[in-house]
Formats: sequence, structure tokens, C-alpha cells
Amino acid sequence: MANNRRPEIGSTIAIQKPVFNIILRRLQENGYQIIGPRVKNETLVYGSIENMDELPYGYITEQKAGAFRLIQADHKHYFDAIPGAQSWKQFLFPPCVDLFTLRKNGNGWEISNSKLDSPSYAFIGVRACELAAIQIQDNIFMRPDFADPTYRERRQRVFIVSVNCLAPAGTCFCASMGNGPRVKDGYDLNLTELDDVFLLTVGSELARSLLDGIEYEDASAFMLTTAERSIERAAQQMGRTLDTNDLPELVLKNLDSPHWKEIGERCLSCGNCTQVCPTCFCWDAVDQMSLDGKTTSRTRVWDSCFNPGYSYLAGGNTRPTISSRYRQWLSHKLGTWKEQYGTLGCVGCGRCITWCPAEIDLTEEIAALRKETR
Amino acid sequence: MSSHKPTVAVHKFSSCDGCQLSILNMEDELLDLASAIDIAYFLEATRAEKPGPYDIAIVEGSITTPHEMERIKEIRSESKTLVALGTCATAGGIQALRNFANADDLASIVYAHPDYLHFLKTATPISEHVSVDLELWGCPVNKAQVIEVIVALLNHRKPNIPPYSVCMECKQRGTICVLVDKGIPCLGPATQAGCGAICPANGRGCYGCFGPYREGNPKSLSTTLQNIERYPGETARLFRGISGYAPSFRKTADAISANVKEAK
Repeated sequence: MANNRRPEIGSTIAIQKPVFNIILRRLQENGYQIIGPRVKNETLVYGSIENMDELPYGYITEQKAGAFRLIQADHKHYFDAIPGAQSWKQFLFPPCVDLFTLRKNGNGWEISNSKLDSPSYAFIGVRACELAAIQIQDNIFMRPDFADPTYRERRQRVFIVSVNCLAPAGTCFCASMGNGPRVKDGYDLNLTELDDVFLLTVGSELARSLLDGIEYEDASAFMLTTAERSIERAAQQMGRTLDTNDLPELVLKNLDSPHWKEIGERCLSCGNCTQVCPTCFCWDAVDQMSLDGKTTSRTRVWDSCFNPGYSYLAGGNTRPTISSRYRQWLSHKLGTWKEQYGTLGCVGCGRCITWCPAEIDLTEEIAALRKETR
Repeated sequence: MSSHKPTVAVHKFSSCDGCQLSILNMEDELLDLASAIDIAYFLEATRAEKPGPYDIAIVEGSITTPHEMERIKEIRSESKTLVALGTCATAGGIQALRNFANADDLASIVYAHPDYLHFLKTATPISEHVSVDLELWGCPVNKAQVIEVIVALLNHRKPNIPPYSVCMECKQRGTICVLVDKGIPCLGPATQAGCGAICPANGRGCYGCFGPYREGNPKSLSTTLQNIERYPGETARLFRGISGYAPSFRKTADAISANVKEAK
């Protein structure tokens, strides 16, 4: 079965699962820090892994509005545990970044910019929804006229191993958003996990070179059909759907709906939805001064449109009620985002539903808004 | 910054002294602090006392005795800026649990000779007695916030005290929500940040010691928490804890108790 040809870009090969460790090792040899899903404190996080043994093998997740559980599955796969609260955003757009330090120098100030030192990351197990989210954040942080240095520095060096998602959770709706469960583009390697092999589609020259000399076979018609069927089945198994036909108009035409007030009574304004959302990109800059007043440093931290300080201007908060803040969030995500960036701001990952302690479900809210409008 | 070093007095009322200890725990910053301010009165740290008036009074503890009621007025009159330090000073603290019971009954259980005591029926925050310029919550306070307040006062600017929920701090440090992931009752969504989300990061729920998040929705959170109670009345007890006398938490716990009574 061994094949010594270097697989071509766009081709799909099959490897025995343990061979994937060789690819991980080669990535490490090339200076990459491997980041993947792993189990920590009995839940799912993204963090550094050394090899496949640290992946959540044999786990799946149970998700519904306001609840997440990592549980043992009856079948054993490496990539069936759907992502938890964390997303790849925390590596490309970290929650806390030192920007610069000012030091008093005579009558002036000396500026020292913080170094953009970040490792080269290899993301293992990026799902279609998450890849779509990364592409949305690319639009925001790497605009042709201006690129955020921290994001660009990290993003340009990322190696992406994406995964066709075969076990969607109860709060997933990427199929509705047209983003998944099949990965479309933007990867170095795209993986589909069958019971006995990994199928790998080659997406970049770098990925090609990493596969040099490894043991593989060309994916058979049977394997490809099995993969296709599994992806189609996953698309049918989405726990949620969202009718996007009349978005963003539906939201933008109903800004005065009484429904917002009703959501405002349930919404905690805690900001959890925005923090777990893989596309939310708002941040604040916080200054910290030394006691002697001679140095001050500025840090960028994640912010949220649910925070009272977010829309506080001279004279007061322009969004003083919880319902006005929820409306801002949803009407941006599924409304004005389109005009601003050309796509909706939601990829259908379902995190905002799962991680809302008040069990607010945007797919239900949109459905309710639509019903009211009829 | 003016050349005059501002005089600072640290006063104690009914409290455990933990917030004052948070000041003394600033081992790396104490020398800088001592050169930036003139510590004029701080009995926990030094016997040396300088007479008032003071530029800044930092007040720990709640008002629980008639004598304390008088003393806080004196302190207010000799202080330019008054900072209430810690949740006893901002909401009455854990001793404010007596506000929901009969203080005389409690005294007779605890003390052999309650008749020697001179106490008020309630433990109340400093702001119920005098005007307070700034409240710093926490049980105990976060020492980084104490420094931020002092630096801000020295530089005549507003201190940067995050006005958002504890959830923001959980997410910033990568802590997975204990409420959603484990079903552990947590006051984080209704509690003001500042602690760095210590409790959830150690696998337990937030018990609200940094006080209500002012734009939060404790009423809605109480519905969520009542659905996952591990024993009847857990949610009301959680709200009626360290910050239980803070108006919004008090109202939430009262509403739960009223509903339970009605159901009976």
C-alpha cells in the first residue's frame, strides 16, 4: 500500500491513523507549536499538544442552550468532540496583549512597542464553521488599507489542519449558514476521520512537503463515498436551523419590535456570548501607570458590546438598557455586519447558544421575530 | 503630580482586617507606595499617628455600633476623599446577615453576657452614613485595584475599575464556565469583575463577593440558578451571602423567598 509519490495539491490520500503523529512531529521540527482540542479539568479546551494521544479520543459533546457536557462516546474517534467554549480566536486575537510602554524621559516620553513575539501555530482540528470564523476575522484585522500587527503576525504563519465535521452538536447550525459541515477552502490539510483511516486532502505546498515519504495510499472510491455520506448525514443532524433568506432585512426592519424588550428581561448582559463567539472582535485599551508616575503601559483586552463601559460616551451610555445592548449585538451579527464586511457575522457554531447561562438562542429569537412580522 | 505627598489614613470598622492586610500584602509595591504617599494613620501597620485632616481616608468595615456611627462622621469631616474598602464597607459584609434576623437573638446565642454589648440591630455600609467618593468591592479587595485607585487619585483621574461581569474575566483567562459546563451554581454573570475570577478558575462558583454588576440581571440569573439547585433554597442563600445586603442582591433573594412562601 505504500506510495512514495508526493501527493498533489487537491488530491486526497488515506493514512493509517498513527501516521498522523509523523505529520505532527514534522510540524514541530519545522518550528510549529501544535494546538489542538484536549481534555482539561474534565472539559474541552484548545491548548498545546505534543501528539495524538492528547486529542479527545473517544469523546463527544452534548450541547443544548445553557448546557455543555463532554461525554464518552460508544465509538472511538479522535475528532468527534465538537468545540467547547474556546475558539482559535484566542491565539490570533489574544484576550490580553501588551501594546506599548511609555517611560518619562526628561520632559518627554520614550515609547517602547511591545514585541510581536508569538510562536508559529499549527491548528489541528479546525472545523468548517471555525475556518469561516477565521476568514471573517481576516476581513476585520487584515484589511487592505490597515492590518492589525498582532493578528497579522500570528495569522500569516498559521498552519491549518481542518476537519470535516461528522458529529454536530445540538446547538450547531453551520449548514444553515452555508459554512459546513464540509470544509471548503483555506486549509493546509483537510482531514476526514473514517473508522480505520484518516483521509487527508492536500491544500498547500507546505503540506505537500510535510507528507514527503510518508506511508499512504490514494483514497479509494469506497473511502470517498463513505466520507461523503458521513458529511451529508452530519448536515442533516444539525441541532438547530436558521432561515437566512430575509437576513439582514428582517432584523433591520424590526428594530422597534417589542420582542427586544422581552429578550432584555432574560439577557444577563454578562457578555458570555460575545466572548465565546469566534467572530466577535471588540477590544478595549487599558492603561496601567506605575506608582511613581514614570511609566505607563497600555494593554489591549477583549471587550463586549454588553459591557456598560462599551458605549459610554461623555454624558452617559448610549445603550443604557440590556435590551438595547442585545439588539445591538444581534443586529450587528445578523444585520449591519453584511454592509460592513460583505458577509453575516455568524458562522453557525452555536457557541452563543450553548454558553448563555440564560439559555437565549438566537435561532429562536430570529424565528420569533419572523413570526411576529408576518 | 504636585510635590506635596498626599496624606493617607486607613481606618478600621467592623471587619476581619483582611482588606487592610491586602494593602500590607503588596510586598513588591510597598516601598514605592511609601514614597508616593504619606501614610499618616494606619494602626494595622504602625503605631505612629499623625493628626488629620487627611487627603485620603481608606475605610474598611461596616457600621455596627453606635460608637462607629459617630466615628465615621468624624472621619468624613477630616478627609478630602473617602474610599470605602472591601465589601463590609460597601455592602455591610457577612455580618450584615444579622439584618435578615433578630440581632438580639443572635447575640444571646453567641455571647455569655450579651448585655455588655453595645451594638446596632443592623450592619450597614459606610455609604448609609456619610457620602463616599469611591467604593472598592471585594472580600478581600484585589490589591491591584487598591494600587490603581491610589495611582488614579495621585494623578487626578478616574480609576480604571472594570464595570463588567466576572464572566469577562473567566473568558480572559480561559476558564471554562462552571455554570454551563458543570452545572455549578455561580453568581458570576451578576457580579462585578475585579477578582480575576479566582473561584471559577478553581472549579467553584462565584459567590458574589465583589458585589452586584451594576448593569447585570440578577433576577434572570436567579431563574437559571433555581433550575439547577442542589438543595432547596440554594439560590436565595447564594444571593444572601457576602454581598447579600447590597440592594440588588437583597431584592433578588427577597423575591425568591416571597415566591417560595406564595407557593406554599
